[in-house]
Amino acid sequence: MIGSAARDTWLLFRHDLAVTLQQKVGVVFGAIQPLVFLVLFGPLFARIGTWETLVPGLIVQLGLMSTGMAGFGVVFERRFGVLERLRVTPASRLALLLGRVLNNVVTLVVQTVLLVAVGYAFGLRAPAAGLLAGLALVVVLGASLASLSYAVALTIDENLFAPVMSTIVMPLVLLSGSFLPMSMAPAWLDALSRLSPFRYVLEALRDLFAGHYATVTVGLGVAVTAVLAVVSVTVGTRVFSRENA
Amino acid sequence: MIETKGLSKTFKGGVEAVTGVDITVEAGQIVGFLGPNGAGKTTTMRMLTTLLAPTSGTATVAGRDLLTDPAGVRRRIGYVSQAGGVNLAAPAAGDLELQAMLHGLSREEARGRVAEVLARLELAGMEHLPGGALSGGQRRRFDLAFGLLHRPPLLFLDEPTTGLDPQSRTHLWDHIRALRADHGMTVFLTTHYLDEADALCDRLLIIDGGRIVAEGSPAELKTGGRTLDDVFLDITGRSLREEVPA
Repeated sequence: MIGSAARDTWLLFRHDLAVTLQQKVGVVFGAIQPLVFLVLFGPLFARIGTWETLVPGLIVQLGLMSTGMAGFGVVFERRFGVLERLRVTPASRLALLLGRVLNNVVTLVVQTVLLVAVGYAFGLRAPAAGLLAGLALVVVLGASLASLSYAVALTIDENLFAPVMSTIVMPLVLLSGSFLPMSMAPAWLDALSRLSPFRYVLEALRDLFAGHYATVTVGLGVAVTAVLAVVSVTVGTRVFSRENA
Repeated sequence: MIETKGLSKTFKGGVEAVTGVDITVEAGQIVGFLGPNGAGKTTTMRMLTTLLAPTSGTATVAGRDLLTDPAGVRRRIGYVSQAGGVNLAAPAAGDLELQAMLHGLSREEARGRVAEVLARLELAGMEHLPGGALSGGQRRRFDLAFGLLHRPPLLFLDEPTTGLDPQSRTHLWDHIRALRADHGMTVFLTTHYLDEADALCDRLLIIDGGRIVAEGSPAELKTGGRTLDDVFLDITGRSLREEVPA
């Protein structure tokens, strides 16, 4: 059963990755998008903060605004009957979700590596261990965001996905402290941002990029990311199994 | 090939879409499932293809228990939905290979099977065109191809010819007949076209208000010189012609 689900996940991942790579314009724009903030906002931010603070913020922003919108793809698959066709194969429902999610995670990791590489050219200096640990966190974060995005896409009216997600994502980006650390926020905004899991993920990333590994912030960030991933994948799989998905 | 007893589906809010449906389909038959809009056709089809869980009743589909072994049912059925299944933005080649491999075929087997099915449906070479570049008839044959890759003994077709021109419809009928003649495939289809039901099907089941209200061969139903449309009108109070989608 597990072997079969793993095979199905791999088949779906490989197929989705091939489709992503065939869309050359999308690949180019996907690569440029995260760099725009780094190049046009980074030098401004560097006057009041550090690149080790900014780059993790841009990674979380990228995850929310790019991977968080992954559900768009499944909206079209549902409209064209592609999803229903796949749901009448013996493929496990978990594989139908994870195959797509893995493709989104790979895309996010590539974008993150590009962001970090260009960040280095601008002045980012993070230890290799911190970068690797941060990348591991990004993998789990990407899986959570993509799973949640698919769950939303298959739950609400297809025409509402774009407006709903863009309305949800922007406050989450701001509350995570992507642009400025929430420690600078007034008390009410600081308290509000603590309700968002992405604040904890981002603060852990910033600690890791600063070379601080065994901190409460990192522990909390890792725990929140892990719980978010378990909840998101569980919800996503249930939605893929649901009869009206 | 299909045996249901008291199959029912009640949706949230208490809407009874299908009530106590008993269906028996023998192997090798082409069975048409007719009914007015909202009669319960699609709900029944979705239950039989494991896309909807029945509220009550039992069913054996292609030799597997629908309730306890839905994955086993999926291995042995092909399903072509109303929405189709061809990705309009991408060529079908990769999707076809994936579909075959999700049914357990190796990559080599999948490639061979895709080539075989495309040749059979006169689609060879078109698998590299984006779905959006295909005609309606070609796209519908691709939909059919997806349902045939694993050589299922039972094929479900939901409104297979809706929206097609007469020539494409006749062409698709020929393919469906050939599947039965060459492979003994059982076909269970819904249609809004009574001429299609008359020409293609060995048996017809008519559903209305969530219940099977008539069944028999086209000849058995057309007693007394009546047409199928007369029969349908007598039974349901509505003409199916008025309900043909544009």
